[in-house]
Amino acid sequence: MADKKVLFKIKRQASPSAEPVWEEFELNWHPGMNVISSLMEIAANPQTKDGKTTAPVTYDSNCLEEVCGSCAMLINGRARMACSALIDKLEQPIRIEPLSKFPVVRDLAVDRSVLFENLKAVKAWVPVDGTYDLGSGPRQSMQNQEMTYPLSRCISCCCCMEVCPQFNEDTGFVGAAAISQVRLFNAHPTGAALKQDRLAALMGDGGIQECGYAQNCVEICPKDIPLTQSISQVAGDVMKQAITDLFRK
Amino acid sequence: MANTPKIIVVGGGLAGLAAVIKIAEMGGNVDLFSIVPVKRSHSVCAQGGINAAKNLKGEGDSTAQHLDDTIYGGDFLANQPPVKGMCDAAPGIIDLLDRMGVPFNRTPEGLLDFRRFGGTLHHRTAFAGATTGQQLLYALDEQVRRYEAEGKVKKYEHWEFLSAVLDSQHVCRGICAMDLRSMEVRTFPADAIIMATGGNGAIFGKSTNSVVCTGSAQSALYQQGAYYANGEFIQVHPTCIPGEDKLRLMSESARGEGGRVWVPKTPGDKRDPKSIPQNERWYFLEEWYPKYGNLVPRDVATRAIFKVVFEHNLGIDGKPMVYLDLTHIDRKTLDRKLEGILEIYEKFVGDDPRDTPMKIFPGMHYTMGGLWVDYNQQTNIPGIYAAGECEYQYHGANRLGANSLVSCIYGGFTAGPNAVRYAKNLQAAPSNGHFEAEKKRQEENNALLVSNQGDENPFRLWRELGELMTKNCTVIRYNKNLKETDAELVKLLERFRKVNLSDRTQWANTSVVFARQLYNMLQLSRVIAQGAGMRDESRGAHYKPDFPDRDDKNWLKTTKATFAPDADEPRFEFEPVDVSLIPPRPRKYDAAK
Repeated sequence: MADKKVLFKIKRQASPSAEPVWEEFELNWHPGMNVISSLMEIAANPQTKDGKTTAPVTYDSNCLEEVCGSCAMLINGRARMACSALIDKLEQPIRIEPLSKFPVVRDLAVDRSVLFENLKAVKAWVPVDGTYDLGSGPRQSMQNQEMTYPLSRCISCCCCMEVCPQFNEDTGFVGAAAISQVRLFNAHPTGAALKQDRLAALMGDGGIQECGYAQNCVEICPKDIPLTQSISQVAGDVMKQAITDLFRK
Repeated sequence: MANTPKIIVVGGGLAGLAAVIKIAEMGGNVDLFSIVPVKRSHSVCAQGGINAAKNLKGEGDSTAQHLDDTIYGGDFLANQPPVKGMCDAAPGIIDLLDRMGVPFNRTPEGLLDFRRFGGTLHHRTAFAGATTGQQLLYALDEQVRRYEAEGKVKKYEHWEFLSAVLDSQHVCRGICAMDLRSMEVRTFPADAIIMATGGNGAIFGKSTNSVVCTGSAQSALYQQGAYYANGEFIQVHPTCIPGEDKLRLMSESARGEGGRVWVPKTPGDKRDPKSIPQNERWYFLEEWYPKYGNLVPRDVATRAIFKVVFEHNLGIDGKPMVYLDLTHIDRKTLDRKLEGILEIYEKFVGDDPRDTPMKIFPGMHYTMGGLWVDYNQQTNIPGIYAAGECEYQYHGANRLGANSLVSCIYGGFTAGPNAVRYAKNLQAAPSNGHFEAEKKRQEENNALLVSNQGDENPFRLWRELGELMTKNCTVIRYNKNLKETDAELVKLLERFRKVNLSDRTQWANTSVVFARQLYNMLQLSRVIAQGAGMRDESRGAHYKPDFPDRDDKNWLKTTKATFAPDADEPRFEFEPVDVSLIPPRPRKYDAAK
């Protein structure tokens, strides 16, 4: 077993405008390896399979336990978190590429700020009066908590956007993650105060109507968030809101 | 002084965001700096919950009891008035988080549910499943996004703090930071700055901490003249999942919900754990600590596991591991209260902890020590405040579980308004030349790293550092080893001068960034090793078999390290602890207090 190897093919890109190139790396196998621990090993010995010295791979990572949402990348073609991608469960050579629908910063690091901008646009927050002591919050049933908590576990990894056929420059589609957050905040007793604003933000071009119900999002989500449920429910609310708006005019 | 104070907050975890919200609410302007998008900060890793004596379980809990548990749990090393402030504020903080929409678990009546945690006999811990830190961070992140949309907060994400800009009077006038993409070094003026840069787990190589938790920013300030306090107090969490890249935390809430720690009574027992009958299992925590059982504080549980594994040689299959067993609890309850952590175990180990006992071992988790601050969260450098894990104020010699989240938010809520008040009374700087000088100093550091011709790889040096520090500066400490550790650290600093980066580019160069962090880690490591060497007693997480007892006569003192630039090493002084509220008494968990 001592000479068992793990082979990687990693897509490198030195800068946003540079041409991508592939590099191969070979590491000694040992138990418990994952893609991040492998990238760390490469950094400690930055040589390609052919013995050429290269730069350590640039990538985003932080918590390494699939809760910060940093390390999303394409591993053997699938959008997923690199920290929880265990080497023993992957077919070799392991192909690692940056997410394809976000601008590459360098190597595997991409710019996903679009999601945070979208969260701003849909006012994904509860409008509290202030941080001074105003007593306890509204009572909520266990059932409501059990509905909202899974939605609140979204780690903003953007995998759902990466795999969505509608998420592209032509549509400007906001994507499943932000829509699901609309459902979350509309379900909060105080958060509901901004419901109309949130639904209005999802009308028109790039809004919820762009969804083609491919259902890739719910299939890829590492946190098993019921994204298609969120989309159907919010779509219904947007429709109702649109009709109400029509009669008000 | 301008009417609108300009405050820089460094770090976007719970403490940083809490400070930002208070400052924005007071009408101040904030520039918020973070290495990662703030929603990805290390606070997301906190699992079990947040303490507040809300007394919703008819147990007669009180904030005074929370204070006593915290001081006692910290082995009387924390200054008591600020801890009282935190415990008194905690119920209001929970209410606020609840109003902000944190999906806390509920009781059938719709009230907040509370669970048990280590070092207390009360149900005092509010929780959102087993991802409480994530949920709290998101709530504050959302409020900050709201202020960002209103133009009161400007975020600088993917920027790293390099140093403070100090004027000729040693007053802070801003920061020097680096864009992690363009590698541009730039200075930013501010009336005051708040450091909220978290822990320093990376010093120990593998820990439960996130990648960004290097302690680099704290170390940079220490090298600029800030006191670093109680650095030797490092918490090793009893229950972690050993891993290749990090030690993943298995929350104390697993035991709070009834999880039991045990080993087979027969050394090297190879049977499937579930087939081992009850009378052949040793529930050593329950036997040694009948009152607190599995919920003794972390330092106590960690030492007990070490004893069982290394002295009794009863680690599972002869390896350094013990069982953490949840299999007697029904699946539905487990899913409702602990799903987040069970999922981590499943994904990273491959076994379902609902069916089979987890294999765990202690791992470096938290630093009680940090930047020295006064009761207003101000460091000894005027204009520099600190909050959260990067400072030392609230946890004494050992932090109780679920007190970190509350100390982060309370610290941020204290630091923010104090920084604004300070800024409003600030006199203009004598000159502006220090900005250019600081920028030049940092650019030269970078240039040196990129051009250096040597044979040392920073990532490999880091591995050596981590192994050295974990071996000698965590659970069990001997003076001889600590002395050798410091000598090894000096050698590592020498070798650092021969560092050779295989990446010499000027765009998103992670090698330059990491090498800078490594240098700061090495300097801070000496504070930890030397501080541990001096303290000849055992207190909380600091344990020396050669000095097994707490020594209040000589060591009821805060350690304060300052950097001596000429000697390139720390100097130490000691400050009495404020024990004005609760007289110190012996700390024993084998009986009720």
